[in-house]
Amino acid sequence: MAEIEIQNLSKRYETKDGIVEALTDVSLSIEKGQIYGIIGMSGAGKSTLIRCINFLEKPSEGKVLIEGKSLESLTRKELQKQRESIAMIFQHFNLLMQKSVLENVCFPLYIQKNSRKEARARALELLEIVGLADKKNAYPAMLSGGQKQRVAIARALACNPKILLCDEATSALDPQTTSSILGLLKEINSRFGITIVIITHQMSVVREICTDVAIMKSGEIVEHGEVAEVFAHPKSEVAKELILKDTNTEGDNNLENTISRIHHGEQIRIVFSENSSFEPVIANLILTFKEPVNILKASTKNVGGVAKGEMILEFKENSTRKEEMKAYLTEHGLAIGEVINNVDH
Amino acid sequence: MWTTEVQTMILRGIGETLYMTLMSTLVGYVFGLPLGITLSVTDKDGLSPNTKVYKVLDVIVNVTRSIPFLILLILLIPFTRLVVGRSTGSTATIIPLVVAAVPFIARMVESSINEVDQGVIEAARSMGAGNIRIIVNVLLVEAKTSLITGSTIAIGTILGYSAMAGTVGGGGLGDIAVRYGYYRYQSDIMIVTVILLVILVQIFQSAGMLIANKTNKRLK
Repeated sequence: MAEIEIQNLSKRYETKDGIVEALTDVSLSIEKGQIYGIIGMSGAGKSTLIRCINFLEKPSEGKVLIEGKSLESLTRKELQKQRESIAMIFQHFNLLMQKSVLENVCFPLYIQKNSRKEARARALELLEIVGLADKKNAYPAMLSGGQKQRVAIARALACNPKILLCDEATSALDPQTTSSILGLLKEINSRFGITIVIITHQMSVVREICTDVAIMKSGEIVEHGEVAEVFAHPKSEVAKELILKDTNTEGDNNLENTISRIHHGEQIRIVFSENSSFEPVIANLILTFKEPVNILKASTKNVGGVAKGEMILEFKENSTRKEEMKAYLTEHGLAIGEVINNVDH
Repeated sequence: MWTTEVQTMILRGIGETLYMTLMSTLVGYVFGLPLGITLSVTDKDGLSPNTKVYKVLDVIVNVTRSIPFLILLILLIPFTRLVVGRSTGSTATIIPLVVAAVPFIARMVESSINEVDQGVIEAARSMGAGNIRIIVNVLLVEAKTSLITGSTIAIGTILGYSAMAGTVGGGGLGDIAVRYGYYRYQSDIMIVTVILLVILVQIFQSAGMLIANKTNKRLK
């Protein structure tokens, strides 16, 4: 039985301009212990989707089952009880600004009717885990973004949740802080076995810690699967676009410009898996076909803990043998994808 | 003119003004705070939207707020007599002051609570907090500074109203100012009472802002 089972979920909002369909027939199952990424551009419906998992938003149609139990069937009190096992962290941290760090972490424990003493002892333990025990008496306004998110994570862990929902949890943070927060989430996942669902618009986040990913566009899931698989063989346009954008966020941001400026021949994106990196494939390709290819970009990436090489190649403008060359690359164990040139920025 | 008699009178006036202002503010908050919370909670973006309740309270508050205080004072004379037994003196003045203060305070409270970040409320909800818990431990806590600033403004306004009540024999500094300054043309006494009123407002204002800043943890 899946930890989280989403069945044919739809969500409609009534606005002044008519009915807006935020989610359309979304089905997804998330297994215990997974770190599941849900990625999409803004407005794709991912925030609505994650809020349906703890029923902060009630779906218009469809079901959400947590460990086989449908949230819809619960009374208000039962739902509140259920939410204690589904913690959530947010893009803007959402801490109580008028309460100290320690009291913030105590808050969910008070909701569960723990005594002040018990709550404080537990909160201190948690602050220890996130590395902020020395800030217990500070107020959120005195902390940096990364520290605030650590407090929020400590708060989320207070009630020993089974599931942790992360709503763009690193989007307000700089790349370095993002990495450290992602590291913390990964640790929490392996140490406590908490299933994590991450909403993000950054492919790098998914690549760094997720085991599985679902890609959303206009309220629908267009593609889902293991991260390594989706990264190597993206099928949907959105996936390709997100992966290409990810390529560009590291190193030079001008790559998209560069690509369109020098765009003559056909471009492809290739991904090296572990075994293919031993052989000088590109060099052999050029030697075999006696035709140069242009390397526009090359990098190595950490995809779920495995190193993957990634390159963007350009064939000669009037190359007649590019299909053969592509076949050669595929034969040698490389994943090939096309590069979309009309990426919107 | 500064006989001991006048001095005692002015001192008593200060005492009465403080008594009316503070009592009315206190009682005003006893009714105004829950009313303001209810307004904010039942509003369409509130914790528990309820259009009917909101509309009814909204109209009542607006109507009471639009009646000029002096007229309210006169309109309420029978009611005041019923509650206090008489319609003059500082205790009697508390009744119309409270009636005028409640809707005013309710609006202040409502707007303070509406300022609380929706994200924090959502976070509390995601932890399984019920509405009462959210009101007590999130809304009132996060709005604390704004509520204190609001009460400072409320005290200032009520103090002004209490002086106005002097025209119908309400007691306090306003009463003295009207009796001596207006009816007896003793403008020196009037000026003194006005200066005292200004000083009182100033003291409340400064004290209120000091407390508000002291308790505000948003500032570093």
